[in-house]
Amino acid sequence: MNARDSILSKIRRSRLSSPDDSARRATVTERLRSHPAGIVPARGAVEGEARIALFVEKAEAVFASVARVASSAEVPGAVAAYLRSKNLPQAIRRGEDPRLAALPFDTEPQLAVSVGPSDGHDLAGLSQALAGVAETGTVVLTSGRDNPTTLNFLPEHHLVVVSAEDLVGDYETVWAKVRSIWGAGSMPRALNMITGPSRSGDIEQTMLLGAHGPRSLHLIVVGG
Amino acid sequence: MKVTSPAFKENATAAIHDTQLQKALGNVETGFVAKRKKGAASLPEFEALRDSARDLKIHVLKHLDLYLEAYERKVIASGGHVHWAETAEDARRIVTDICRRLGAKTVTKGKSMITEEIALNDHLEAQGIRPVETDLGEYIIQLRGEHPSHIIAPAVHLTKEQVAGDFRRVHEHLAVDRDLSEPVTLLSEARAVLREQFLAADVGITGANFLVAETGTSIIVTNEGNGDLTQTLPKAHVVLASIEKIVPTLEDVDTLMRVLARSATGQEMSVYTTFSTGPRRADDPDGPGEYHVVLLDNGRSAMLGTEFEDMLRCIRCGACMNHCPVYQQIGGHAYGWVYPGPMGAVLTPTLVGIEQTGHLPNASTFCGRCESVCPMRIPLPRMMRAWRAREWEKALNPGTQRFGLGLWAFLARRPGLYRLAARIGRWGLATLSGGRGRVARLPLGDGWTKHRDMPAPEGGTFMDRWKAGERP
Ligand code: SF4
Repeated sequence: MNARDSILSKIRRSRLSSPDDSARRATVTERLRSHPAGIVPARGAVEGEARIALFVEKAEAVFASVARVASSAEVPGAVAAYLRSKNLPQAIRRGEDPRLAALPFDTEPQLAVSVGPSDGHDLAGLSQALAGVAETGTVVLTSGRDNPTTLNFLPEHHLVVVSAEDLVGDYETVWAKVRSIWGAGSMPRALNMITGPSRSGDIEQTMLLGAHGPRSLHLIVVGG
Repeated sequence: MKVTSPAFKENATAAIHDTQLQKALGNVETGFVAKRKKGAASLPEFEALRDSARDLKIHVLKHLDLYLEAYERKVIASGGHVHWAETAEDARRIVTDICRRLGAKTVTKGKSMITEEIALNDHLEAQGIRPVETDLGEYIIQLRGEHPSHIIAPAVHLTKEQVAGDFRRVHEHLAVDRDLSEPVTLLSEARAVLREQFLAADVGITGANFLVAETGTSIIVTNEGNGDLTQTLPKAHVVLASIEKIVPTLEDVDTLMRVLARSATGQEMSVYTTFSTGPRRADDPDGPGEYHVVLLDNGRSAMLGTEFEDMLRCIRCGACMNHCPVYQQIGGHAYGWVYPGPMGAVLTPTLVGIEQTGHLPNASTFCGRCESVCPMRIPLPRMMRAWRAREWEKALNPGTQRFGLGLWAFLARRPGLYRLAARIGRWGLATLSGGRGRVARLPLGDGWTKHRDMPAPEGGTFMDRWKAGERP
């Protein structure tokens, strides 16, 4: 018997009370099909301005910085202002996301925008979030040409654009969205839930920002 | 990893007299305990979530074979490979075969207790492949040639001065007179050194916090981002996970995420929760070209259906050790294998045998704090007692202990004699105390009285007083 069958049959022997396995199989099939939600914290059940406020509060509590702009036309200005405030060169790298591509970067002639994954030499990266989760101030990013995963981790500064209409109360709503885009039972190659900038507490439990991932996470909330 | 659990008593004594260690361990109690308390209080639904997390994992274990099969189908459908390993040796061979086929020289590693369990690093080195730990804590202990002393804070037993000394010793290319007095400078140095390793690695190995049957996804939860660089940059990503990491659906992951970080570090959510499904896709500009999952059994299937099945609910948050008065005094290394604290006291005997590890389930005051904070409500004290019972059945405990318990059992079955013995004992202790209310030296009991006085009994025996009508 190969390792797979040996492990599975060992498990099965301890699980089966009768040779009829059909009830167990039906339970599993049904759970995978219906994916019932567990307890969803009431905290996220807020809408409109209250939801945005909760998202901002939770994100700031984990040391992300947040800027709010009225429309996407103001995003390039917000990017440039952030880079200036950190004394960084006016340069940023982004993916091919159509919403990022449509931003009027020509309003910031100083700002050099390059496109593609990061090779580790970019100081700042710009991504568009699939969603923001108010429950914990988390942003959700998905891999692909639109928003290459390397941009989430290699640059020292990660700027993430979140549309107010993509803000949700809880993780469960994110999964509904993922299923509507990728189909039931499927996922993008990488889905990153990011809650604040990278940190470590490994030396004497002292919490320090900027471990291997970005030292700062700057969220730009558009609209709302 | 070599099992040093038989020397638990000597290890523990050494730990208590190690001043550096005692200084570092002070951070466990002030740090983790207070943080977990705050984390739990942050969510009104926290206790209810613990119940549903427990029920969820009970459901998974009942249907484990079927969820594993469903998971495997999904991994394959997304272009990944699933390897099954019955033993540590099988898992090591599978990983080395993948590395060899890809001609790997450097392998980066995210934090993974499973790779400690199978002693992967030593094995890779023996094959001429260089493993580089990338979690800051793991990196530090790799430099020192040590093993983790905690499942989520591997270097919690060290002070910043010790780390600075190691960095000076190993990072020889850097200026000798650089300032390393603060944790932040140590972190920046490690970040710069490891960045080169991430970019040079051929294969990235991570563990998994959860595996999702619905989608064939593996999940890692980290704060540093090292796990993501480990798995995104190299040619291949290898996930090493034990079979009980399965959860049915993405919604079930939510339940566990909501209790994991709060119990571990008190965070509401760890910084990076990463869901990985298969290798790089046609339109992906980055990500690993190959994606492998090694499913390790290594004794777990044998725990199913026994009194130790509940242990398989563990999500490795570390809360039980953070709150354990024994762990707080001696740290993790004294336990002598990969998993320390209460969860280790239960798990280690199942994985390496009670013969070598009998001291571990005895290293408990049975105060019950572990169970009271365990997000999965695992009855750790009950299982430690079960190990003690097995130890007794196998006659593994020392002769004096067996003699003493045998004597007690003999008396307990003869109430008349028992009462008489209790009266004599009471009188004897009272006499020894000489009216001072405490006994400074006890014949046959100096293991106790060497460190503290024994309070002398006051009044009659419990049974005499009960009979006389005294009630609390
Ligand atoms: S036994 Fe419970 S408290 Fe201990 S690590 Fe496992 S889940 Fe956490």
